[in-house]
Amino acid sequence: MGFNGEALTCIRGDRLVFEDLDFDLQPGGCLVLRGPNGSGKSSLLRLCAGFLAPAEGRLRFDGLPIDDDREAHRARLTYVGHLDPLKPVLTVAENLAFWAGMNGASEAAEDALARFGMAGLADLPARYLSAGQRRKVNLARLATSAAVLWLLDEPTTALDDTAVAALTALIAAHRAAGGMVMAATHIDLGLPDAATLRLETPRLPVAVDFR
Amino acid sequence: MHRFANPTRFLRLADAILPWSAAIAVLTITAGLIWGLGFAPPDYQQGDTVRIMFVHVPSAWMALFIYGAMAVSSAVALIWKHAVADLVAKASAPIGAGFCLICLISGSLWGEPMWGTWWQWDARLTSMLILLFLYIGYMALWQAFDDPQRAAKAAAILALVGSVNLPIIKFSVDWWNTLHQPASVFTLSGPKIHISMLMPLLLMAVGFKAYYVSVLVLRTRAEIMARRIRALRLTYAQAEAAE
Amino acid sequence: MTGFWLVLRRDLSLAFKQGGAAMLALAFFVVTVTLFPLGVGPSPDILARIGPGVIWVAALLSALLSLDRLFQADLEDGSLDLLVLAPLPLQATVLAKCAAHWLSTGLPLIAAAPVLGLLMNMPAEGIWTLLAAMVLGTPSLSLIGAIGAALTVAVRRGGVLLSLLVLPLYIPVLIFGVAAVDAATVGLSVRPHLLLLSAISLGSVVLAPVAAAPALRLALE
Repeated sequence: MGFNGEALTCIRGDRLVFEDLDFDLQPGGCLVLRGPNGSGKSSLLRLCAGFLAPAEGRLRFDGLPIDDDREAHRARLTYVGHLDPLKPVLTVAENLAFWAGMNGASEAAEDALARFGMAGLADLPARYLSAGQRRKVNLARLATSAAVLWLLDEPTTALDDTAVAALTALIAAHRAAGGMVMAATHIDLGLPDAATLRLETPRLPVAVDFR
Repeated sequence: MHRFANPTRFLRLADAILPWSAAIAVLTITAGLIWGLGFAPPDYQQGDTVRIMFVHVPSAWMALFIYGAMAVSSAVALIWKHAVADLVAKASAPIGAGFCLICLISGSLWGEPMWGTWWQWDARLTSMLILLFLYIGYMALWQAFDDPQRAAKAAAILALVGSVNLPIIKFSVDWWNTLHQPASVFTLSGPKIHISMLMPLLLMAVGFKAYYVSVLVLRTRAEIMARRIRALRLTYAQAEAAE
Repeated sequence: MTGFWLVLRRDLSLAFKQGGAAMLALAFFVVTVTLFPLGVGPSPDILARIGPGVIWVAALLSALLSLDRLFQADLEDGSLDLLVLAPLPLQATVLAKCAAHWLSTGLPLIAAAPVLGLLMNMPAEGIWTLLAAMVLGTPSLSLIGAIGAALTVAVRRGGVLLSLLVLPLYIPVLIFGVAAVDAATVGLSVRPHLLLLSAISLGSVVLAPVAAAPALRLALE
């Protein structure tokens, strides 16, 4: 059950990012990815989201390889990357409503914004937002999402303490409802009984041995 | 073997093919040239200028053939993810572009005595010119990526799109040509060609094909070596960084 | 299907609110065509003769102008990641973005074409046919262009490369588009040309999403 990867190897370009990596994520579980820059935290998350295919190894959800049904896998995950996908000329609410509409929302955009104390800014074009505020809107996407699996890449970048607390609360609620979270972070989110996956600096030989 | 398709088999095959294809190329091109330039009869209208045909026509065939070969190996690369197929497509492009260029230049040289101009917007020549643009675009796309794997995939998609479009482009250019130049007085290669001219033409065609195979093998082998060197460099760089 | 409309609506409102690209393409179109009388002289006969070709060439170039941002903006702000992950098939997303591009860029060009036709001293029947040919042909400019835009989205100086990749593929549209107008001016049937233009547009509706979707996935690898 749950979401797990076995013997995963990731190659990007000619670089071997990591090799023989296993993880296991149960419903209600949280996996925190730690490791220095370049150790492959983002790559692992992008692998799990299906942007990259593992060079070796397998990702399974509830025992079934995710390759068997990519559409179903896309439908059950949400991804928060380094960038905040907001269009500067659209208002905060319009931006959020677009993504909520694309993914089938479970919570109104207004309520999701309120969780991060952004309700007052809903009608402001996104170009006036600060980096932290943009990030909060991006994270509010999580609240609107019905996805089971959250893949978060450095979600706390540019966030203040209250926003981090709001995110922690959001993650806790998601897990209580049986959701799964995979997050790469530098700071301690203070998540109870979260498993940690430590990625090492790669000192492995290079990927392509073109024999 | 996750890392890459193993090109050892290709290299062994290449070593077996190369001497033969090179020999065939040298023999048939020499024979074709001697026959075509020395012994084939001059055309009753064009005189000796018709001999340009023995270079011009087979290079036009090759330019088209090689684009087709690129499209096929691109499809193989995309569907079966075979790395050597990518390299074959990449190695083919400059050869095809070269034949395209030879065809255009020889066509222009042929056009001068025949039409009195160095360039005539003849349907075939125009199509060849567009084909050359397609080749250049393909090679430019390869150059634009840093990562050879991604470049390979993008170029493969482009080659397939180009191969779908090529017949449409050809058709449209023919259409355009008939609109603007009704009743062309002269076709570069008609079907009513005499056997004494056909034989050297076919010899040259076989020779060009063998030349293509030889150069393709050489270029693909060089590309594999380049990738190995790249991989070794990266390995050493990482090993040093780890110390 | 709602996803398709959402993407279409979003791209249209972006084009409308940002204003930039679409209006710029239109201005470029008008300025380019205007250069020709200045370049070849104002003789009405020559202008009428080259008018259809000039207008079509200018239309191809204008369509190209805004194409390099078609996917790039979404790649730069991370939207492309989420569009790829969304339940809507990526092929449909590509189609929606092409539709938005055509509505925001192609339609203004079509609207401006008759005026430019007058400037180029084209006869009335030629202008009507030019309109019809552009309505049928310009969708394929957005669609074929989307393939090039997807292939070059992650590339430095993608815009120049995009032109090199896409312009040769535009040639059939140019040829049939101009041939239709020429046929109308000399009183021949325009039907075959218009049918061929429609065929190209319909063919690119199939080809463009199929080629652009894997190219976009590649950009995110």
